[in-house]
Amino acid sequence: MHGSARPRKRLLRVEINGRWREDAVLDGALLVDYLRETVRLTSVKTGCDGGECGACTVLLDGVAVSACLTLAVRCEGRSVETVEGLLKQGRPSRLQQAFHERLGAQCGFCTPGMIMASEALLRRNPHPSDDEIRAALAGNLCRCTGYVKIIESVKAASEASS
Amino acid sequence: MSVELADVVVAQPATIEEAVALAADAGARYVAGGTDLIVNMRRGVTTAARLVDISGIAALKTIVVEANGAVIGGGVEIARLVGHDGIARLFPVIAQAAVTIAAPAHRNVATVGGNLCLDTRCIYYNQSEWWRRSNGWCLKNRGDTCHVAPRGERCHAAFSGDLAPALLALDAEVEIAGSAGRRRMPLRDLYVEDGKAHLTLAPGELLVCVRVTRKMDAFAYEKIRQRGAIDYPLAGVAVGLTMRERRIADLRIGLTGLASYPFLAAGLENLVGREVDDDLLKEIDRAVQRQAQPMRTTLAAAHYRRLAAAAVARRLVARLAA
Repeated sequence: MHGSARPRKRLLRVEINGRWREDAVLDGALLVDYLRETVRLTSVKTGCDGGECGACTVLLDGVAVSACLTLAVRCEGRSVETVEGLLKQGRPSRLQQAFHERLGAQCGFCTPGMIMASEALLRRNPHPSDDEIRAALAGNLCRCTGYVKIIESVKAASEASS
Repeated sequence: MSVELADVVVAQPATIEEAVALAADAGARYVAGGTDLIVNMRRGVTTAARLVDISGIAALKTIVVEANGAVIGGGVEIARLVGHDGIARLFPVIAQAAVTIAAPAHRNVATVGGNLCLDTRCIYYNQSEWWRRSNGWCLKNRGDTCHVAPRGERCHAAFSGDLAPALLALDAEVEIAGSAGRRRMPLRDLYVEDGKAHLTLAPGELLVCVRVTRKMDAFAYEKIRQRGAIDYPLAGVAVGLTMRERRIADLRIGLTGLASYPFLAAGLENLVGREVDDDLLKEIDRAVQRQAQPMRTTLAAAHYRRLAAAAVARRLVARLAA
């Protein structure tokens, strides 16, 4: 690297789970590393090395994205939500509660990504069909549950909101 | 953070002209959704000193639907294509192809330009640095031998975009911006069959938009892959068909995942005037098998991909003609 191309940090202003913050980040920093190591939101998992597993799914301006494929600097002035942000007064959301009650989580590694992908779905479609749930979670891999309990959990959360 | 991204500088231009100027330097690369590029950088197969982030350029993000055609910006996210009313009405095949791309979180950020300019893929290339080093690198990256065809002289990595076959069947045109200005060309001229350099873009050139006009009556796209989501195509087939009085008036078959570039099956004009019967379907099957010659770039066997492409082409033609 030479001349003006020297790596530099810049100030990133971003709203995370409803609170604005500013941090110095490298241009090449990925959102997943920024969230885990700087903001200490360790629900955001690194499951694979290439955007294939969905364990790092977060919401960027309400839209599900893979944090491992997203440059942190692209979040300037925008809103990022992780599963930690779904708690209301320290209590789990309806969707989190449904994953708990319907055994949608086993080892738990894929769960934050599953819940955020489901959250994105339920916000735009509060009463999805089983096929719509499957389509919305198609990019989130789970090696424990076989998906049946996860789909039941999302379904239960959508029914509880009627 | 991965070593490959630690030193990178990110520029965020607001206009196409600024972007093109920033990308003129050696070592600069465009990034939009990053769903392919960021992975390739983390694995060390793609390097860049500067990333020109074009995701904030409004001029790249428009979809204009006209009476009989559409202009789709290179920066339009795949998810927007899937849900766009005008595209669904005029060009459902584009939405059909778009919805098969990767998974929802990818489609939310991945773009039309990125999918059309997707890097080629191979089991010897899309691997970690450790894996590739252990295998003596490969012709596409650092090495001098293509492990797929060791006695050959070129890289056989496969082009795996899903939009290209549909847009080829639609006779799409692309607009390119570069330091010398704008130029337009047929989409097919964007590609050459070389896995190491499959795009005809000069360094720093940017795909601005795709123009499509509706010339045929019926289209369909179908993709064969290992799982029902996420995966790149083992074979992807788009068919465009116009029938007049139960006979073929125009037929095109676009293919992806089978060669280092997406291409239209040749020689189909000889089928104009024919009825779609068993004999014709057999001829289509043979033509696709003859022209689709996939190499062993995926875990699935190459002959399976060839047979699957032919079967899908036959099936889609039969369905569209019915």
